[in-house]
Amino acid sequence: MWDKILNPIDLIPNIPVASAVERANDWLLGLIGDYTRAFSYAFGDRGFMGEVVDALLWVPPSVLILLITLLAWKLSSRTVALFTLIGLILIYNMGYWVGAIETITLILVSVAISIAIGVPMGILTARSDKVHRIVWPILDFMQTMPAFVYLIPAVFFFRIGMVSAMIATVVFSMPPVIRLTGLGIRQVSVEVVEAAAAFGSSEWQKLTMVQMPLAKPTIMAGINQCIMLALSMVVIAAMIGAKGLGSSVLRGIQRLDIGGGFASGLGVVILAIILDRITQSTRQEKTAEE
Amino acid sequence: MAKIEVKNVTKVFGNHPDKALKLVEEGYSKDEIMEKTGQAVGVLRASFEVEEGETFVVMGLSGSGKSTLIRCLNLLITPTEGTVIMDGEDITAMNDEQIKTMRKSKQSMVFQRFALFPHRTILDNTAFGLEIQKIDKQEREERALKTLEMVGLKGWENRYPEQLSGGMQQRVGLARALTVDPEILLMDEAFSALDPLIRREMQDELLDLQEKMNKTIVFITHDLDEALKIGDRVALMKDGVIVQIGTPEDILTNPANEYVAKFVEDVDMSKVLTAEGIMNDPEVLAFPKDGPRVALRKMREEGISSIFVVDRNRRLVGYVMAEDAAKAADRGDQDLTQIIKEDVITVKPENTLNELFEVSASAPVPLVVVNEEHKIQGIIIRGTILAGLVKQTDELIETKGENDIEKETSGDVGQNT
Repeated sequence: MWDKILNPIDLIPNIPVASAVERANDWLLGLIGDYTRAFSYAFGDRGFMGEVVDALLWVPPSVLILLITLLAWKLSSRTVALFTLIGLILIYNMGYWVGAIETITLILVSVAISIAIGVPMGILTARSDKVHRIVWPILDFMQTMPAFVYLIPAVFFFRIGMVSAMIATVVFSMPPVIRLTGLGIRQVSVEVVEAAAAFGSSEWQKLTMVQMPLAKPTIMAGINQCIMLALSMVVIAAMIGAKGLGSSVLRGIQRLDIGGGFASGLGVVILAIILDRITQSTRQEKTAEE
Repeated sequence: MAKIEVKNVTKVFGNHPDKALKLVEEGYSKDEIMEKTGQAVGVLRASFEVEEGETFVVMGLSGSGKSTLIRCLNLLITPTEGTVIMDGEDITAMNDEQIKTMRKSKQSMVFQRFALFPHRTILDNTAFGLEIQKIDKQEREERALKTLEMVGLKGWENRYPEQLSGGMQQRVGLARALTVDPEILLMDEAFSALDPLIRREMQDELLDLQEKMNKTIVFITHDLDEALKIGDRVALMKDGVIVQIGTPEDILTNPANEYVAKFVEDVDMSKVLTAEGIMNDPEVLAFPKDGPRVALRKMREEGISSIFVVDRNRRLVGYVMAEDAAKAADRGDQDLTQIIKEDVITVKPENTLNELFEVSASAPVPLVVVNEEHKIQGIIIRGTILAGLVKQTDELIETKGENDIEKETSGDVGQNT
């Protein structure tokens, strides 16, 4: 009795956060579980993403390495191209080529989905203060909640495999796309937007002819961030069945295989640097042009 | 019918405009309303009309509501109360679609900080309005090139705004507005961000362009000199209220209240007063067929040492000096044709005193004000220019006193010549 009076917070009955979430999860699973699993089957390892991996593996590695090198040269600089060439050859040489392709596929698909959802969401947050006020705390929540927490429900809904990994990756890496798209559009000078309006432009014209082009460098920064965050998820994603370099790292950890863990980790770093330099340079190029 | 009629326009910024409007009805001022309701009144019951082809200047210090007012004319800001009628149509009652059409077809705007699109070339900036109207690429680029040439930016069309100086950027802003060939041009402090020399140049160019195009212009400025120079009529705003509307001379000579009077106190009159305003009636003129003695007598009666000669239609021919007339009379000449001198300096009625100063210094005889047909309108003696300034700036000098000054100075000039 006395300790309760001395510590009145104890008088509040337990709030069942954990069990409420569990019940909500069960309810939702019963509602859409069949569909999400069907989607997972069609989109996952044996579906779309598997086909992308197969297609990339069908191309002879030397040809693919050359193509990616050329792309890096075109979009970025000769130095980046040289790094790409050496880095990819090293990955191949260490025996992680298949893993690298699987990882790249996971990253590209996740990032594509993040952009497809994130850019329109960002536009909405820029256009409406109300949406902005609702969405930003959710983004804070998504980014600060430990990523592992998403893994379990993802597995419930999408089973172990690429799709669960992709969902967890999207949840974790999409926020910067939304944030920076919204920010980029809001940063366009008021007078410039007024000028567009004063000539009688429609909302769509205003968005596509003025706001989006001017927000592009910021949006590109968001996409760059998104790619980096997605890469940082590969090991965690491997825990729920994503194949690729991440699973090699995980295996290295589990078997205390220091060399193998480091080698596959190095592969992730190489991919990260290549993707970062390429996307960053497209952003800088645009800025200089503008 | 006026091109633009603004009736009782009020704009309140805030969440509860009706509270503020109630106080507006009761006649409270902007500050009192802010204090009582927390609502910011931008414009308070503004009413004015702008005629077709007129340049109407709204002038006020920052925070006076002038930028809000001009945005009510293209509905970038929707008035809380009141109507804006353009060509007989109430634009404040229009729906979004109609507003877009109105903006495309009737008007365009030039902005203080240029508001060019940094990602578009000068050509694409200039053609923007036409692109919005979905006019095909070839036509819009042709028209854009034409206006760029008009504002003196030929050859710059493939550059980007940041590669141009401020003055040039605003020329692009002007070209962009003119390319759509609007009936109404809204200029929001268009020249305020430019340095003084460029600003003056742009003002002159706007006046030149306006002479050719004859648009209806609403021009916002905080610079009184600019307002008086550009405006056919000027509206003075203070705290969201229009305190006086009138021609530049009206505002200077009959300030509606102390605020306006204080405002115009420091105005450089030489830039505002025109030749027309200060010229004297050329009461005595000679004709070429007059005999030298007639001319001499006219000069003697007026106490002047030279006389202007005009033809039967009062078109200026030249002038005759008293000493030449005397010699001609001795020679027995029958008329003045032999001794007429033609090195007269003529000015236009709309030339400002400022401009007169420059030319009068080198003039042997008084300046002659002529109209386009070269008919004589009046004459200006060098002393009159100074007197004109004194007359306007110092209200204490009475009419009689002024006349004395003029007489004296005209005598001086006569002797000098």
